[in-house]
Amino acid sequence: MKVALFIPCYIDQFYPQVAIATLELLEKFGLDVSFPRRQTCCGQPMANSGFEHLTHTTNELLVKNFAGYDYVVCPSGSCTLHVKDHLHVPGEEQAVNHIRSTVMELTEFLTDVLRVERLSAVFPHKVGLHQSCHGQRGLKLSQMSELVAPPYSKPEKLLHMVKDIRLISLDRRDECCGFGGTFCVAEEAVSVKMGKDRVADHVLHGAEFITAGDMSCLMHLEGILRRQRSSTRVIHIAEILNASPL
Amino acid sequence: MTSRDQILRNLKKQLTAGRSLPELVIPAESNSDKIEKLKTVLVSIGGRCIHAENWPDVVSKLSHIFPSPGRWLNSIHELETLIDSVHQPDPHFLEDVTVGVMKGHFAVAENGAVWITSDQMGDRALPFICEHLALVIKESDILPTMYDAYESIGASKYDFATFIAGPSKTADIEQSLVLGAHGPKSLTLVLLSVI
Amino acid sequence: MSSSSSVEEKQLDHAARAEVFNKDEARVDWHDQTLWFIRSKRDKAAHTLPEWEALREAASRIKGHVLDNLHDYLVEFEKNAESNGIRVHWAQDAQEHNEIVHRIIQTAGINQIVKSKSMLTEECHMNDYLAARGIEVIDTDLGERIVQLAGEAPSHIVLPCIHWKKEEIGVLFNKHLGTLEGNSDPKLLTAAARADLRKHFMSSRLAITGVNFAISETGEIILCTNEGNADLGVQLADIHIACMGIEKIIPERKHLGIFLRLLARSATGQPVTTYSSHFQRPRPGQQMHIILVDNGRSKRLGSKDFRNALKCIRCGACMNTCPVYRRSGGHSYHHAVAGPIGAILAPALDMKKNADLPFASTLCGSCTYVCPVKIDIHEQLYKWRQVLVREGHVDTAKKAGVSGMNAVLSRPLLYKVAGRVGRWVMRNFPSLTNNRFNPWYKQREMPQPPSISFSHWYRENRKK
Repeated sequence: MKVALFIPCYIDQFYPQVAIATLELLEKFGLDVSFPRRQTCCGQPMANSGFEHLTHTTNELLVKNFAGYDYVVCPSGSCTLHVKDHLHVPGEEQAVNHIRSTVMELTEFLTDVLRVERLSAVFPHKVGLHQSCHGQRGLKLSQMSELVAPPYSKPEKLLHMVKDIRLISLDRRDECCGFGGTFCVAEEAVSVKMGKDRVADHVLHGAEFITAGDMSCLMHLEGILRRQRSSTRVIHIAEILNASPL
Repeated sequence: MTSRDQILRNLKKQLTAGRSLPELVIPAESNSDKIEKLKTVLVSIGGRCIHAENWPDVVSKLSHIFPSPGRWLNSIHELETLIDSVHQPDPHFLEDVTVGVMKGHFAVAENGAVWITSDQMGDRALPFICEHLALVIKESDILPTMYDAYESIGASKYDFATFIAGPSKTADIEQSLVLGAHGPKSLTLVLLSVI
Repeated sequence: MSSSSSVEEKQLDHAARAEVFNKDEARVDWHDQTLWFIRSKRDKAAHTLPEWEALREAASRIKGHVLDNLHDYLVEFEKNAESNGIRVHWAQDAQEHNEIVHRIIQTAGINQIVKSKSMLTEECHMNDYLAARGIEVIDTDLGERIVQLAGEAPSHIVLPCIHWKKEEIGVLFNKHLGTLEGNSDPKLLTAAARADLRKHFMSSRLAITGVNFAISETGEIILCTNEGNADLGVQLADIHIACMGIEKIIPERKHLGIFLRLLARSATGQPVTTYSSHFQRPRPGQQMHIILVDNGRSKRLGSKDFRNALKCIRCGACMNTCPVYRRSGGHSYHHAVAGPIGAILAPALDMKKNADLPFASTLCGSCTYVCPVKIDIHEQLYKWRQVLVREGHVDTAKKAGVSGMNAVLSRPLLYKVAGRVGRWVMRNFPSLTNNRFNPWYKQREMPQPPSISFSHWYRENRKK
């Protein structure tokens, strides 16, 4: 199985430990993981701001970097969803369709392709799982509260395999954190208020860590937690699933 | 060109053959606990549900609920000798009605709504203007859902008809439920055993 | 009240208005929790029906079919309504709608009318139009009456005064209805409004209503209220004018068996509204008019990306669930219909004026999945953003910023260099980013930049 690692630009720059955890985790399952070196960004920051027409170069780069793999795995539901929904390169339809149908967010790749049933991870902490919207409502990684449908959760299923972890429940189990790409600065007041409310829900229920499948949500929540000098920290789900016993 | 023609001409361009009307296949609800369900729902929306054995019993039960004197008005043929009937040609004379009594066709268990057509109202304004409203249906005339309700209504003719589910209400002030917004302050559904 | 209709405020965009709204955090919490409570009631009500998702699908498909065949259904509806003795009028835009209403009122020689909730008349700014011509419109829905007395527009399509506290309503009623000072009990306030509005019902000869559904097959219209104000108004009036957008048509009466199961549960979590009234023929001696209003709808029907917005049945569920609406308030949307659905309807009416609204969203998608007719709201928000940028309705600073970002991200080498430089600057000169000109930093710390990127780490740790 040829697997390519797709690392979102802000993870590459600001959270290398998340990418390292993702890589190591995949390698634990004996996968030969490639990291195409000329990758940059999926184009979502531009597209969500209304500038999808500018993303042809990032799209071309993405196709050049990720054509020819069985799967493209990404530790971000949001970037994965963007590629799935919006990758277009005229004249490269075959490669584009292949990438769009094989790009996968990390946790769904683990549960659906690798069919992981066991993990060696240990994480003796109280953890709150933040459902990142694009992963949840876009990629359907877990059941959303809006629908009258049976519950399931791919990230939670994996977290339950982690030794000594204690998952907390929340008052609002899948409310948006307010990051929203450029929304976080364009609508600063509402964005921050949403983030503060999410943080408060986790803190109220005793979370030592807030985890999520998207580091962008966590970057926003981390900014708020640190400003509040809170002892609650953020951690990407890949880091928990890859956590070694001390 | 009139506005009608202009609008229709614009719309004509948008006519698309394609999406057909869906078949409405809705799983049937169980019929077993219809009365209980109706009662529970009706209470939850601020109404009340009582039983009566016969027409005189309807009046006696209602008199028990509304003991203070006031103007009662009725549009039920069987109650003509017991309660005044609607005769006013002008609905404005109905403003002081304390208790209005009328028949409904059936009630819906899932939401407590009762279907009434204008021929049952005496005056169309009566169910909305009276202070307290009592609706009488046969105990056997309870349908599980709104889907069944419209199956039963079918293509029947009426001038005006309404589903009434509980008393008039509002929660516009801080989501506090208040009964009797503009219409009746209470709704009593009488289930009649024998007609 | 925090909101006034001053000229400056009219020029503020959603973000600026939201910032004002957020100055009082306790109030934001209260607003958010009140609406979340309604969203929770909606969830509970939906979960009582195992067939909920099938109902949504059926409703969405019925509406889709209507939009495909709107011309034919309107012609059929008109024919049936007229044979029921209803006079049918057509209006291409808001102005024509208001003129028709005014003409009917003038012909009858009336100067005061009662109105029950109609978002269409809000869209057409009918009250102002009639007021300018000496006709007083009394809004009879309690929430609408409250905002009317306060000189405001509704902030929510189902809960018009959801942004008002009872103490403030007490002060308002003390001033306008003479209730006792300090009285803020919802029961007493409602009773005072009831007594006052009853007088208007009794004296008004003309009632204006909206329309929830119009049945093509029978020529009847359906009105759903909890208060009974539409019924009371119509049944006591000599003339009934019902105003509807042309998209309110549904084919057959039996389809109400789908829509009425969805509407109130989605809106407030009630199993059904108190009154679901079917107006098929006017009372003997009564005049009944229906005004079919286009106002941009036929044009929108031609847009593949945005036509589904016309499926909306105005339940307001998307507002109650929207985390942005709950924390910015309905008036921040400066449009008759606020929230997510308003943000996709408003730019179709006036792109320039409402260019900010599709950006007032995180694209979280919750709206799309509570919508009882399955409108792809968050996807339309995304598509509107593309249209608005393409049509030049975005400021130059933003354009420059995004273009710059794109230039870096389009060049792998530049991206790597810029990343390294950027992180180095952030580590060594934090004040360059940690300052008041950076909206991120205002209430959040910046990420702590690592010395090396993942690409760098990979080069040093994996041989490939």
